[in-house]
Amino acid sequence: MTAKRYVARSTEIAARVLGDEVMIMSARDSTLFSLNEVATLIWEAADGKTPLEEIVADKICARYDVAPDVALRDAEELVEELATRGILVLSETPVAPASAMSKGAA
Amino acid sequence: MSRLIQEMAAKALKLNIPLSVHLDLTYRCNERCIHCYLDHDDHGEMTTAEIKGLMDQMAEAGVFFLTISGGEILMRRDFFELLEYARRLLFSVKLKTNAVLIRDKEAERIRALGVESVQVSIYSHRAEVHDAITKMPGSLKRSLDGIRLLRRHDVHVIIANVLMRQNVGDYPAVRALGRELDVQVTIDPTITPMMDGDRSILNLNVSDSALRDVFRDPELVGNAPETCAPPPVENSTLDDLPCSAGNTSCYISPYGDVYPCVQFPLPSGNVRRTRFRDIWKDSPQLNEVRSITLRDLPSCSKCVHGGSCSRCPGLAFLEGNMRGPSYQDCEKSFARTGIPSENLKKGKTARIPLVQIQGLQSPAQPALAAAR
Repeated sequence: MTAKRYVARSTEIAARVLGDEVMIMSARDSTLFSLNEVATLIWEAADGKTPLEEIVADKICARYDVAPDVALRDAEELVEELATRGILVLSETPVAPASAMSKGAA
Repeated sequence: MSRLIQEMAAKALKLNIPLSVHLDLTYRCNERCIHCYLDHDDHGEMTTAEIKGLMDQMAEAGVFFLTISGGEILMRRDFFELLEYARRLLFSVKLKTNAVLIRDKEAERIRALGVESVQVSIYSHRAEVHDAITKMPGSLKRSLDGIRLLRRHDVHVIIANVLMRQNVGDYPAVRALGRELDVQVTIDPTITPMMDGDRSILNLNVSDSALRDVFRDPELVGNAPETCAPPPVENSTLDDLPCSAGNTSCYISPYGDVYPCVQFPLPSGNVRRTRFRDIWKDSPQLNEVRSITLRDLPSCSKCVHGGSCSRCPGLAFLEGNMRGPSYQDCEKSFARTGIPSENLKKGKTARIPLVQIQGLQSPAQPALAAAR
């Protein structure tokens, strides 16, 4: 059985929801990223307390017609890439949540 | 500008989101620079709680880039409390400071808080010149010590080298100093009027011939003939917005006054009386600024420099008409190209060589570029 994985937003980034996507800038090298709709759902739910498996079930599978194992595999790839870029923190135990993020709205 | 930032700005414009805010925490300062446009007395700065509340409102409104400046930001005892709060709200924060008060502890804290960059003004590599401009003996050494500490903690530092008659010949040595310190250098021959409109400090501006030499320096502009040739004015260019001021960015003073830009002192509301988002959306002044495209500028829309001019609407406003030309930018375009602007041809020059140019130090990229 695979251990649960927890994801938390890094404190080493700047971020804001702009319309339907999240803009993120890495403080490490000022690289700017844009997350698509699905990645944004995972990002917003990355509170450090909810296991990734639960985030995928609640936020992805409940909204999209996708098999849970496929969605989880894609989500794992995504969070690993975001962790490599310093945008998310991955842990096998719950981690302190980063700051709440506000949504930019017209 | 990266494609993603361009897309981000376009989206913010479409959604009417204030992507960038320049917030001055204080006008108090430990230096007394001869060209400074501010009144350094404290006329009732926002409190810590007011600024935190404002930051909450800015995050809610969608502000992403937050430039925190002054005055000298470290004159505020609550500076790090405010910086920490700003970062907790996930703003991308840039700081402007003279670095005089930065010691190892401050540099370490700035690094730990994930500040994107710190801009420090260095006027000359010669202490006698720099210190005479800041009117603070020992300030060059202290500013450079601050920069070194920031770099030791791997903070991205940018030297701003403002040119005036006193130091115009020193920029090559300041650029060399930047290379030695491993920091970017921007060259800026911009002396702006005081915020109350007093223009007396404009006599510090570099001479026309010195300005022309700066614009023709291949070390700064790369291929000078190519850089200096005005591109043709496309019809679509006429629908461009003159500037981000009031469109995707604005300025907030230590007293809560909102302006389109620090260089565009058109009072547009006060966050002590009105929520930031409501000012941004409903201010008649900001909405008027937003309504202006190049096509609406009677002279500039017909000018050969229309596609490349750095016309600053704030400077035009300070000259009396936000739809008029900024004569200083007419002078700049002339210095850059040798071709008189529509206004200069009419003999309507104000003879105030006030210009604004910025760039990177990297040899691969011209250090001076038309600011648009």
